Amino acid sequence: MNTRVAVTSVRQSIVVEAPIARAFQIFTEQFGSFKPREHNMLGVEIAETVFEPRVGGHIYDRGTDGSECRWARVLAYEPPDRVLLSWDISPQWQIETDPEKTSEWEVRFTAETPNRTRVELEHRKLERHGDGWAGVRDGVAGDQGWPLYLQRYADLLSHAA
Amino acid sequence: MTVDNAQLTALGDPTRRTIFELIAERPRSVAEITRQVPVSQSAVSQHLKVLGDSRLVRAEPKGASNVYHLDPHGLGQMRAWLDRFWSKTLAAYKVVVEQSRKESQ
Repeated sequence: MNTRVAVTSVRQSIVVEAPIARAFQIFTEQFGSFKPREHNMLGVEIAETVFEPRVGGHIYDRGTDGSECRWARVLAYEPPDRVLLSWDISPQWQIETDPEKTSEWEVRFTAETPNRTRVELEHRKLERHGDGWAGVRDGVAGDQGWPLYLQRYADLLSHAA
Repeated sequence: MTVDNAQLTALGDPTRRTIFELIAERPRSVAEITRQVPVSQSAVSQHLKVLGDSRLVRAEPKGASNVYHLDPHGLGQMRAWLDRFWSKTLAAYKVVVEQSRKESQ
């Protein structure tokens, strides 16, 4: 049944030269250092990104003006094997407050050798954003939201290429 | 690059999502789909129209009827964006985690 799941999910994996404990630690403690800079819903530059290491915690960006944006909830925190988070970002590129309309992303860490770790990421349940997309169609300024962001992101990628 | 807002709206309906998932398993005709869901063939056709308008599925004529396939331009656009987002994130993560190894040695 993998095919059914895959259509509304995205999977990625990467192998890093690090022990599993450090791979997990860096991923969580230093998430802000490798998260793409354009992933920013604040009106100002991000001063820091905090990954709260507990179930019920959040990932939040804190802006240079002190404003905060909590865009993910920590649903599972199982060092050094796994984290599960929500993706609380609506198609308007705004915070989605209804958990039923959020997708989720899981990161699994597997030791391949004592010094090598496979990191697998699955972003799934994308269809749950469904009603949010209806809201966009009902007349919120769509060109200020996700589509604009996507365009900006695509531009960045093409410039980088 | 454009993202069709209607795509995920179309998947918000449970029956439509089931139909979409059946087609995702393998291409199917309207009759085949109708046997799998508790709604009439004309209702299935209506759902297929919505899925088609949202570019989630596309019809290909086969004999006297159509066979429905996933439309690679549909939901694929959103998935493609997330694929790039996570690919970029994980690549940057690899640099950071392997850099920390050098620093700790």
